[in-house]
Amino acid sequence: MITGWIMENLPALLLAVPMLGAFLTPLIGKLSDKARNAWVLLVSFATLCIATLLMNEVLSSGTVVYTFGAGSPAATVPADSGGFPFRIIFTVDAMSVFMAISASIVGFAVTLFSIVSQSKMSGKDSFYALLLLMEVGILGMVCTGDMFNFFVFLEINSLAGAALVASRVDKGYAVEAGLKYAVLSTLGGLLVLFAIGLFYGQYDALNMAVIAENMQFGVLDKIALVLLLVALAMKSGAVPMHFWTPDAYSMAPSSVTAFLVVASQASLYGVFRVVFTLYNVTLDYATIGWIIIIIGVLSMFIGVSMAIPQKDVKRLMAYHAVSQTGYMLLGVGVGLAVLGNAAMMESFGMTAMEGGLFHIINHAMYKGLLFLTAGAIFYQAGTRNLNKLGGLGHEMKWTMVFFMIGALAIAGIPPFNGFASKLMIYESVFMFSPILSVIAMIVSILTLASFVKVFHSIFMGPKLPEYEGVREVPRFMLAGMGILAVLVILFGVFPEQVVNYLIEPAANALVDQGSYIAAVLGGA
Amino acid sequence: MAAIETLYTGFGSWNPLIWLAAFIIAIIIAWLIWSRGESDYKKGTEQTKPFISGNAEPEKSEVHVRGGNMYWGFTKALEGYYDKIVPLHSGILTDYILWFLGVVALVMVIVLGGGGL
Repeated sequence: MITGWIMENLPALLLAVPMLGAFLTPLIGKLSDKARNAWVLLVSFATLCIATLLMNEVLSSGTVVYTFGAGSPAATVPADSGGFPFRIIFTVDAMSVFMAISASIVGFAVTLFSIVSQSKMSGKDSFYALLLLMEVGILGMVCTGDMFNFFVFLEINSLAGAALVASRVDKGYAVEAGLKYAVLSTLGGLLVLFAIGLFYGQYDALNMAVIAENMQFGVLDKIALVLLLVALAMKSGAVPMHFWTPDAYSMAPSSVTAFLVVASQASLYGVFRVVFTLYNVTLDYATIGWIIIIIGVLSMFIGVSMAIPQKDVKRLMAYHAVSQTGYMLLGVGVGLAVLGNAAMMESFGMTAMEGGLFHIINHAMYKGLLFLTAGAIFYQAGTRNLNKLGGLGHEMKWTMVFFMIGALAIAGIPPFNGFASKLMIYESVFMFSPILSVIAMIVSILTLASFVKVFHSIFMGPKLPEYEGVREVPRFMLAGMGILAVLVILFGVFPEQVVNYLIEPAANALVDQGSYIAAVLGGA
Repeated sequence: MAAIETLYTGFGSWNPLIWLAAFIIAIIIAWLIWSRGESDYKKGTEQTKPFISGNAEPEKSEVHVRGGNMYWGFTKALEGYYDKIVPLHSGILTDYILWFLGVVALVMVIVLGGGGL
């Protein structure tokens, strides 16, 4: 009976469990640190389990539509509403669960890592509560089928993220970075709200499926599209609106930074959801596709070229996060640019989209891993400055191995996961425009070059006297890194299985607007 | 092996088994070369010290190549590019907001004024 109830309410539980976890964390923290740590680990693991169950449910039975405030999902469109859905609904399709599983895996790894990495810090109750709230925001953004609800979760995500960035004093730099993140996020959120207002004014609806079905693509729809597209692209850290990322990513605690990457990806999901599900072929897909491609290429190149001269390892990695977002935008942008051409879609468009989406989960794993290794280094050496670090490979062997796995993956070296998704992007994008593919490959070479610099600067060279007492990090931190490292390898060695099981359904869900609308409105 | 499939992109493929086999062969070759090295190596003795033509060994911190020294040539060669791109990352919030709003305006012009739209 309980199992049946859980299975029926998975979409709500996916949010309710971490939300309840967040609210109870400060109370349990009053008992003891150990009790609170066990609690947040349990909540984070339970969220991962729920996401896994939901993923299996969606991939085996199709899109799950969940109605809040009603006994049955059938009440989404009551008989007397004239086919009009009301109440907040979650529309969880293959794309949503793809993002949810990625976020909850990283969420669990990050929590595991934080148990030790944050152990010497003050304010841990608030820290974990905010971390779980950020997870709520991310999961809500990717699961909701309601535009206003999307905005609410975007704000939860942004505010929890800004608070976490500013959670350490660090001579005031962290607070400044948090403020920048908060101001830009609020401005972006405001534009998203304006766009939602435009939809509501025209269609009397906030439900994504209803808006998609009635989309006219008039002037107001175009304005709404631009507001949503640019605001969410800014939140995802795309060039030239990426300036907040090096500040926020470098000043946040490393475990938070690993999760901020996923938070940014939730905004990237928003970009894709808007252009494919809300607008689809009603928009000029070639123009919007090219806008996304250009933003992607700029992100790739400017991100990696800014990474190379960095002295702070986390700033360097932050610029790489910008660069890798460019790959995702490029892959999915190419898919959008040829959306209306069935032959091109079949020939290379879907592969490009799948490559872009595959890169999302791969990036979440390897960039999460890299930021955690940066956290491990800071935990032991007390600095992130590449000009000061050196010789740590003698003592921190596991951290060095994990870093190598992450670095080789981000550079697109086989057999790690970054290679598999980049291969799909290179080859499909080449069919669209060879020059774009060549740029993508050059960016990968530059990525490898900058990670050689980091590897050499941190781990190579003689043992330095200032790091005499440095030892390997505790097991909880290693376990957090280890989970992501194993997934980086598994996704690289078994890419076909991941693509078939998870990525292809996600790409199809994005492209097939009709199925999304039909799932909510019933045979539209 | 059915568990490990080949990833087909439509234009090429990737088989991790072949690459893993290549890595294992490379490791075996490396091990063979290593195993033919001097067998009387003793850790922690005089023989582990670097030979620098009889000169005294410098401090460890002086022999380590620091991060800032790497890719100096690259950034020097692209000085013109970096002179323009680095100052854009000013760290000033109002600059960031201007960039954001500027892109909103630019994309608005493209989308609203685009011929195909």
